[in-house]
Amino acid sequence: MTETEYQHPLMAAYWKQLDTRFPQVEEVFEDCMAEALSVLTPEGRDAYLEAGRVIGKLGRGAEPMLAFMEEWPSTAKAVSEAALPAVMALIQRMQKSPNGRAIAPFLQTLAPVARRLASAEQLQHYLDITLDFMERTTGSIHGHHTTFPSPGLPEFFAQAPALLNQLTLVGLKNWVEYGIRNYGTHPERQKDYFSLQSADSRAVLQRERHGTLLVDVERKLDLYLRGLWQDSDHLVPYSTAFDEIRKPIPYYDKLGIRLPDVQDDLILPSPASGGGAGGEGASAGAPSPGPVGHPLPLAGEGIFVSGLDRYRATLAHIVGHRRWSEAQIADNWSPFQRMAVEFFEDCRIETLLIREYPGLRTLFLALHPKPVESACDPETTSCLRHRMAMLSRALLDRDHGYADADLLDYVQRFHAIMEAGASSTKDIAALALSYVAKTRRQSDQFAKVHFDDTVVDYRDDNRQLWKFIEEGDEEEAFDQERNIEPGEEIRGLPPRHYPEWDYSSQTYRPDWVSVYEALHPSGNPADIDRLLAKHSALAKQLKKMLDLLKPQDKVRIRYQEEGSELDLDVAIRSLIDFKGGATPDPRINMSHRTDGRDIAVMLLLDLSESLNEKAGGSDQTILELSQEAVSLLAWAIEKLGDPFAIAGFHSNTRHDVRYLHIKGFGEHFNDDVKARLAAMEAGYSTRMGAAMRHTAHYLGARSADKKLMLILTDGRPSDVDAHDERLLIEDARQAAKELDQQGIFPYCISLDPKADEYVSDIFGRQYTVIDHVERLPERLPQLFMALTK
Amino acid sequence: MIDKDQYKVEQEPFYQQQKNEVALYEAAYRNRLPVMVKGPTGCGKSRFIEYMAWKLNKPLITVACNEDMTASDLVGRYLLEANGTRWLDGPLTTAARIGAICYLDEIVEARQDTTVVIHPLTDHRRTLPLDKKGELIHAHPDFQLVISYNPGYQTLMKDLKQSTKQRFTAFDFDYPDAVLEAQIVAKETGMDEAVAAQLVKIGGVARSLKGHGLDEGISTRLLVYAATLIKDGVEPRDACRMALVRPITDDADIRETLDHAIDATFA
Repeated sequence: MTETEYQHPLMAAYWKQLDTRFPQVEEVFEDCMAEALSVLTPEGRDAYLEAGRVIGKLGRGAEPMLAFMEEWPSTAKAVSEAALPAVMALIQRMQKSPNGRAIAPFLQTLAPVARRLASAEQLQHYLDITLDFMERTTGSIHGHHTTFPSPGLPEFFAQAPALLNQLTLVGLKNWVEYGIRNYGTHPERQKDYFSLQSADSRAVLQRERHGTLLVDVERKLDLYLRGLWQDSDHLVPYSTAFDEIRKPIPYYDKLGIRLPDVQDDLILPSPASGGGAGGEGASAGAPSPGPVGHPLPLAGEGIFVSGLDRYRATLAHIVGHRRWSEAQIADNWSPFQRMAVEFFEDCRIETLLIREYPGLRTLFLALHPKPVESACDPETTSCLRHRMAMLSRALLDRDHGYADADLLDYVQRFHAIMEAGASSTKDIAALALSYVAKTRRQSDQFAKVHFDDTVVDYRDDNRQLWKFIEEGDEEEAFDQERNIEPGEEIRGLPPRHYPEWDYSSQTYRPDWVSVYEALHPSGNPADIDRLLAKHSALAKQLKKMLDLLKPQDKVRIRYQEEGSELDLDVAIRSLIDFKGGATPDPRINMSHRTDGRDIAVMLLLDLSESLNEKAGGSDQTILELSQEAVSLLAWAIEKLGDPFAIAGFHSNTRHDVRYLHIKGFGEHFNDDVKARLAAMEAGYSTRMGAAMRHTAHYLGARSADKKLMLILTDGRPSDVDAHDERLLIEDARQAAKELDQQGIFPYCISLDPKADEYVSDIFGRQYTVIDHVERLPERLPQLFMALTK
Repeated sequence: MIDKDQYKVEQEPFYQQQKNEVALYEAAYRNRLPVMVKGPTGCGKSRFIEYMAWKLNKPLITVACNEDMTASDLVGRYLLEANGTRWLDGPLTTAARIGAICYLDEIVEARQDTTVVIHPLTDHRRTLPLDKKGELIHAHPDFQLVISYNPGYQTLMKDLKQSTKQRFTAFDFDYPDAVLEAQIVAKETGMDEAVAAQLVKIGGVARSLKGHGLDEGISTRLLVYAATLIKDGVEPRDACRMALVRPITDDADIRETLDHAIDATFA
């Protein structure tokens, strides 16, 4: 390497300082240095060169060094050059661990990451997350030597800028945490997760996103549509997270209104011009700036539009189309003409919307871009979009400040038409066509189109505005028709998905468990009748208790002026008052009120394998005893007349939790139900939380005052795919909490003599452990009556 | 003797006729037919009866019914005194004696055994037996019975018996249409009509949410309250939140939607 190649002696000195021979670096050195010199202090420059030198000597080839040389100046610009030691420290750690290969990916995305984080502290947090990630996923053998590199780390670095686009640092940390915890020991799945390939990776990302999620505000939007616009429709979310190149646009069709799944709050600091939606116009002089306390703070404060309001703007716009737009035949118009018609029509319906609710003007203007008049050069660029966006702005914003004569003329003509009434799509289309003709330029055909500040993102894609007589190739839909592969037969109901609680992170795993429900197969109902006959003595005893329960639904109301009976105590007291000359209390009667029971009961049976074991001190299996007990209980509740349902469950991993209906609320305890009870079988494991959530789904729909869920189980919640035995216990505990919130009273009847260790963790004090399983048939109905007395 | 005049309506109450209900009521009164007025809360039922009593120049006795009301609260009772007992007429008895219009407001709130006592007054007999006193009152020729009830929020448990319902002629009241309602709000409060129309618009938003989390929309009465507050110098948004939104709902989503409607209306 000769020094004479560099014209400037300083450059030569820097090159020497860098001390490298990589030709790839040499190619870009001068450019990098020029940028570095413009953003770095002299000390920073020396540190930069020194760091570059160190990275070059790591023995990882030219790539890391190249990445560093190119990325650091802009990184330093975004955060601060003082962040260098922290970055270098991390690189050293990576170099010492088996993760040296990840240095290059790390450096390659450092600049975009830094730009999004925008401060040195934030960057430090990012580095901490990375370090933690690296250390926890780097494999070790015998616990001594770290040997395998972290499989997910390079993928993670590649995704980092996109992730930070959608997540806050806290969200990122949670997302990473989830991946490490669930796929820490599974290299391939870990890669899928961190490269955003797997479904739950996306689901967790969705959960951690910043902004307003459609699902969270769906009811508000529904109320908005109904309340303000007397309209309603399905709101269908589409994902905005993964389609980077072509962002989907809201639209509506007969299946519903499609909206983005998440909307960020729009915050524009002070009178910002240029980039993004909105602009100075909205703040500088909106026609009637709202008084203080208005949700859109204007004038000097910058613009803030909440995600919810952005949804509302889109919905209002769509409602406008539904009310006032008529589909036009598109075939005879060029794409340019159609675009102009769309802009004019959008403005027409928005004018009408604003007539209805004047406050919408502020909202629309805050979201509408304000193109700068001179931003587009018609000599080199197609300015049609720019012209249309300016016009659109001017039609809504009286203080648009544009000077173009044609534009002003058409704004006036538009207002004149609107003055006369609602106008129509057809009339406004005529105006649009004449505008296009009047302002047409040769350059409109150019391939280079001016796009800045021309996208009005709250408006829909106007697909309903057009009728095509001939099939074109321009129509498109997000939803491709799905063909079910022949041979893929659907049996029974599709599964329902339930989340599962992960206690170590205190979060739900979204849609983790699949519950398949079905009717329990039938057996011979006579078996159950035989069981009931066997317990006829017990039944008699129960009958007595039931009779005792019934009259309790009479309540005495005392202190009545008029009633069915004299209340002696009060009457005597009144008489004494009267004789004593004081004013007596005339309320000397009492009456009765019937206080009906209104309890819905659901019995959830654990049908796991362990039920096949023989009960201690008996020659019957637990299953048989449960059968007897449930039959008796069903008989007793039938006598009482409370709405009552029975279901059983077992599970074989999270993908297959089976939920079997034995008796529905609408059924009586008849032969059909008995037949299903008779066929009860035990197998597989106990994933209790999912079964409880599914039961709550049915019980929650009942309109009873009190809802009781009895859970009959013989062991701890467990499943073959859950290695951590606390996990399912904690999940069941969480499910019990959810039940409480839904107004359902869960009560556990455990047949496991060792249940005390865990059952109180799940159910608090709402449980009974039955030690003598052979007494279950007797105890279960008694317990029920005691609970509902 | 009871002073009839204390029950007279002195000043003309403001009432805006919606259709031909005034003429219909007059016809019912000429023939002394019992009248039932139905409709949501705050739509002007009581005001209408008050206005008719004024127009017909008849005394009006109003009873607000409630769950604890017994038959003797309507008919009358013996009071205990140091030296014996004394009979005191209830409002229904008083009205029957002096020939007043007896208005039982929100009749379904009263217990069903209570409502039965009005039966003999509502058919051709026009009598009221006071069984405790051993007296049979023949109603004064001017006496008329009017009941009101709001079918909106009644449950299965609280409905009028068919035997009661079928003794009355009925008026169905609803909130007036937007233009008329704006006029009413404007007239009642002296507010200018543009603002009144905006208030009515917000009222309409809430009324279309009925059944979606709201039991009852914003009543004309509340709109009048809001207008009164604005008239007093309260900022319109604040007045609307205070008078229209906060009273009717605790549901955060609905509150937010209505607040948004207020902001969108008062731009």
